[in-house]
Amino acid sequence: MISIEQLTKVYGHGKNSTVVLDRLDLTVDAGEIFAVVGPSGAGKSTLAQCVNLLERPTAGSVLVNGENLSRLGERQLRVARRRIGTIFQSDSLYSRRTAAQNIALPLDYLGVTAAETKRRVGELLERVGLSDRAGHYPHQLSGGQRQRVGIARALALRPSILLSDEATSGLDPESTASIVTLLRELRTDLGLSILFITHEMDTVLQVADSVARLDHGHIVESGSIVDLLRDPESALGRALRPARPHVAAQSGQNEWHLTYTSPDVPADWVSRLAAALGETVSLLGASIETVDGRAVGHATVGVSNDRADVADGVTADDIAAAAGALGLDARRVATGTTASEPSNTDALLERAA
Amino acid sequence: MSASLLSSAVGAIIRSSNAVPIAEIPALVFPALLDTLVMVSIVMVIVVAVGIPLGAIVHNLAPDGLFENPALHSTLSWIVSIGRSLPFLILMASIVPFTRFITGTNIGIPAAVVPMSIAGIAFFTRIVENSLRGVPPTLVRVARASGASRLQIIRTAQLSEALPSIIGGLTINTIAMIEYSAIAGTIGAGGIGYVAVTYGYQRFDHPVMIATIIILVATVASVQLAGDALVRAATPHARDRTARGARMPRAPRQLSNV
Repeated sequence: MISIEQLTKVYGHGKNSTVVLDRLDLTVDAGEIFAVVGPSGAGKSTLAQCVNLLERPTAGSVLVNGENLSRLGERQLRVARRRIGTIFQSDSLYSRRTAAQNIALPLDYLGVTAAETKRRVGELLERVGLSDRAGHYPHQLSGGQRQRVGIARALALRPSILLSDEATSGLDPESTASIVTLLRELRTDLGLSILFITHEMDTVLQVADSVARLDHGHIVESGSIVDLLRDPESALGRALRPARPHVAAQSGQNEWHLTYTSPDVPADWVSRLAAALGETVSLLGASIETVDGRAVGHATVGVSNDRADVADGVTADDIAAAAGALGLDARRVATGTTASEPSNTDALLERAA
Repeated sequence: MSASLLSSAVGAIIRSSNAVPIAEIPALVFPALLDTLVMVSIVMVIVVAVGIPLGAIVHNLAPDGLFENPALHSTLSWIVSIGRSLPFLILMASIVPFTRFITGTNIGIPAAVVPMSIAGIAFFTRIVENSLRGVPPTLVRVARASGASRLQIIRTAQLSEALPSIIGGLTINTIAMIEYSAIAGTIGAGGIGYVAVTYGYQRFDHPVMIATIIILVATVASVQLAGDALVRAATPHARDRTARGARMPRAPRQLSNV
């Protein structure tokens, strides 16, 4: 397990100093995958370098299994770094070394015997499914294969903490999915704590148990993925959802945004809602999926005649109550916002901030 | 052009009495070539032995280097620049007392090796530094995060990865040293350049001149070819390209196993 307490990093001195990380707290339990997201310049890479001890924090501490590693001397620091495996972007292999030689690097640095290195590298190649690629050079491997070599290298010294610094950035979706699957297997099999730093929301949804959003050196929001997705107020939850435009409502209908807030939303909630309201409910856009085996989703629906001033009409309160009974949170979509729905994550985060 | 060369070659057959007879030209130029090769080889051994560590030190004293030190970096960098900026003839003349102090003489091959080594080291230091700059900084981060010591980082993440580029630079450097050896020849170091200057240029002995030109062109071309072959051997993806068709070192693409 890894705990970060009051981590602060300031570059420069006096008036020219920049606070990149400002009293950051976070904990990744053993067997947990914790994602940190944020726009460029939020401090993600500085956080990564403080966690793998390449940069010394200005204040605060990094604790691995309860031991403070951020106050060590240079020589001890070099030893301590071996307890944290780091996966870099996929272009981080040594071009003049084969896959096996790349994986052997940390063992070579440590001075492990040739026979022991060979045995361990064989194990690791098998672990990441590349036994048949041992003698291949990086340029002979696909992006996904290169990243598997990177993962095997990070695991060479049996660390209990794995830090992934933009490890899936620049990979195609298929390779990303295979890396995600491998990381999830590894955390289960080896009980690793994985800190997954990325700017890709899609990947967070696939890989992480929990997520924190970093902005201007602060963690502005954090929580388990499922909780965030079920919280209609959460900006991070909204950013995690696929943001695609929905179809337009029919005239006379108002648009409502529904969020699954309970695990027990019935699958036929559309017809149930229509029956409860006695009105047509048109489904305009929806995304429903399971994350960690739990149902999450959101939908946009059109409901007719929900003006409060019409005596026999359905009121806004009726809709909210009927949806609530089904485990859904309902919010009226303000007119005029539908067309300008931001389609990318950064814009969403920007707006949320 | 070739016609005029030819006519002067023909004209040279009926020559002044101090001209070297054609039959004796090989006996003149081949020992001289050997002298040049010995001189350049000694110099290059010294240049590599000093230039690689020095280049690595200068590179890592620079901002974001492994042992960043702006003051020391600019001092060293200035010294190297001074070595680079003097024309070789001036450098050679200006360090005569130093040369005599080291070798006890100021003529002959030993006396030429000192200024050539100094010029060569300054040249090669910059080449190494420039090659190291081309290594992606991520690799140094990878090495540090994997628990490497500074020496291990320099060896594996910097020098080893920059090797093809360093060999390429070494080739250029060697050829420059062959050129410098001709200038060093004027202080009695001998060598092919010396023969070209004293016989071909000062005595208008055209057959000797032509022979030295052919030998120099052949030598430089051989050094370049050898250098290129070494660069290829040190670069895995270039090796592939050479061997394509002959063997099959290329990874078969397997999309299902990404």
